[in-house]
Amino acid sequence: MTETPITRAAQATPPPMARKIRGLSDRAIAWIFVGPTIFLLLAINIFPLIWTINLSFTNFRANRPNREVDYVGLRNYERILTDSDIWLNMQATAHFLFWTILLQVLIGFTLAYLINKKFKGNDLWTTIIVLPMMLSPAVVGNFWKFLYQPQIGLFNYIVAFFTGKDPSSFEMLGSVDLAPWSIVIVDTWMWTPFVMLICLAGLRSIPDYIYEAAEIDRASKLRQFFTLTIPMVLPFLMLAVLFRGIENFKMFDLVVQLTGGGPGSTTELTSINLKREAFEKWRTGYASAYAIILFVTVFGLASIYVKALNKVKER
Amino acid sequence: MTYSKLTAVSALSLAAAGFGASAQAEDLTLCWAAWDPANALVELSKEFEAQSGHSMNFEFIPWPNFADRMLNELNSGGNLCDLLIGDSQWIGGGAENGHYVKLNDFFDAEGISMGDFADATVYAYSTWPKGSENYYALPAMGDANGWFYRKDWFERDDIKAAFKEATGRELAEPKTQKELLEIAQFFQEREIDGQTVYGAAIFTERGSEGITMGVTGALYPWGFKYENTPGSYDMEGAVNSPEAVEALEFYKEFYETATPPGYTNSYMGESLDAFKSGQVAMAMNWFAFFPGLYADPNTGGDKIDFFVNPPQNQAGSTLGGQGISVVAYSDKQDAALEYIKWFADPAVQQKWWDLGGYSAHNAVLESPTFKDSAPFAGDFLEAMGAVQDFWQEPAYAELLLAMQKRIHDYVVADQGTAKEALDKLIEDWTETFEDEGKL
Repeated sequence: MTETPITRAAQATPPPMARKIRGLSDRAIAWIFVGPTIFLLLAINIFPLIWTINLSFTNFRANRPNREVDYVGLRNYERILTDSDIWLNMQATAHFLFWTILLQVLIGFTLAYLINKKFKGNDLWTTIIVLPMMLSPAVVGNFWKFLYQPQIGLFNYIVAFFTGKDPSSFEMLGSVDLAPWSIVIVDTWMWTPFVMLICLAGLRSIPDYIYEAAEIDRASKLRQFFTLTIPMVLPFLMLAVLFRGIENFKMFDLVVQLTGGGPGSTTELTSINLKREAFEKWRTGYASAYAIILFVTVFGLASIYVKALNKVKER
Repeated sequence: MTYSKLTAVSALSLAAAGFGASAQAEDLTLCWAAWDPANALVELSKEFEAQSGHSMNFEFIPWPNFADRMLNELNSGGNLCDLLIGDSQWIGGGAENGHYVKLNDFFDAEGISMGDFADATVYAYSTWPKGSENYYALPAMGDANGWFYRKDWFERDDIKAAFKEATGRELAEPKTQKELLEIAQFFQEREIDGQTVYGAAIFTERGSEGITMGVTGALYPWGFKYENTPGSYDMEGAVNSPEAVEALEFYKEFYETATPPGYTNSYMGESLDAFKSGQVAMAMNWFAFFPGLYADPNTGGDKIDFFVNPPQNQAGSTLGGQGISVVAYSDKQDAALEYIKWFADPAVQQKWWDLGGYSAHNAVLESPTFKDSAPFAGDFLEAMGAVQDFWQEPAYAELLLAMQKRIHDYVVADQGTAKEALDKLIEDWTETFEDEGKL
């Protein structure tokens, strides 16, 4: 056999290490590497999910491990879906989601658009703007609680300054009408920078030559904005909406710190209500059904949304 | 042979000595809420350490997290606590779920008689089922919800005259709930020494038990009952009786017309802060805090006085306080029982009261000097004579959260009527008792 560079290279390549040592195939080695990850995934994600689905059909209570557990069929689901209080929690969550996302997208995109313009102190402003999202939600919740304090709170004084109202004449956290907005304001203050950063990445990904071509075609600035900027940033914006939507659907810490779900149940989002059912009332079976309903809702909405996002990206 | 025997004897002696030492000197952990009396208990327990050789560790949890933290600990079978001073409402769950050690045999063996403790405290803190002779705790800390006020303001001539002019009567400690509201409304937004002050600090907290503990301070004096017949869970007509509706409306009016602005989610800490900062003329809180309030250099001493929750149709105060239990999951139960035996001693109980704890021992309470031993001692005795407690069922947390929601929805969030709130509460409680198999 004539020696060629190819045959020499083939001879120089050692047989698979595993086969040399134990006679394992490449596929087996691949499984050895992937196996632990799959096992962990099954153990901490899939198994709990299946177990939760199982519990959702029972009257199990985790604080009474010795009590007999009965299968109650769809009773937990029926109770949840026909409970008017839970629908009020859903409404509160929907209000929170809609307004936080809308405001964060509008303000975040505007800020990104402004920051994207080159001006002196650009970097400093970017750093200042992103500061709120670096804070812990517990800290943010606590200090906004002080800001909203009707007697000494800065927020009330600022509003009073502009409206001429008495600062202690309104209570952001204690009023049924204002409390839902108070949590929207804080979440928007904290997470708008996140949306801004994503939009900024989108804006900076648009090549300058596209705008130069538009200039040559005598497209106005407004036209450039609506036909170039918006469509090219849209996938980024949609991604930001997805992230914020998922995050805010499970919002807990910030709202608990601010209002504890009150006044009454005005700001009791589904996650707060779920926590109360599961770990304060210990209705584990009922809470499992509740969690499954929320999971299906988020999963379904997110799937539809991701499909739409992919279509936008393909355009 | 001799050598082997000697070795064996030596080994046994060493082992015995080792076991002996471990039996005599345990590291005990006592769990309770983080508040003033807990500090007094640390001080008191030094005597136990000196006498027994055991060392005491303490796990004090802030009140807002106390129930969550401790019930999770018990439900998970944790052995963090050897001794637990748990809320009175936990006794049903503690007994039925096997969290607490039943103490009857121990009491019998050690000659500890429940007859030596105030009846109301034994009933509330120790027994399950209620009123039976099954004891799961020793009354440790008697407590009830009471009131304190700015005595210096009440004694000022200008304020007294203004009150007389406004109401036609003398400014004094209220004798009824309605008088209480009238006084609070009088002080609401009044200028005193250049500062705007408010009527009273009441409980409105939503998350744990606050508003329930506050509103029952009005419900009980109006004659509120949980059931028509005790033990039957027949709540219709009792929970939503006309008296209950009136009391709930009263509490809402109190909240709306006589509390500081922004007072929508306030409990013990906020009540103390409001009073100590000179913001309110009166405040409700647990007697447990009264020694600390009296000792406060700014608003204590001559400036403060105390009164029992005023009656309306009848006397009634919301029960606080706790019993001390041995946790069934502890592996140091003998040493824990030793602590209970020591704590039940009348001399220790007297010292407990002297340090700022509220003894429930008759030897202390019935002492001729007790009433004059502190400015709030007489009120405490009076309050404990008419206390009423929340459900103590194993499902108490569920029952409590339902009440928190319904009352907060009505009083603070202004949703629906008092009757509707109480009707919904009956629905919630009925569902819970049905799940429990009690209805």
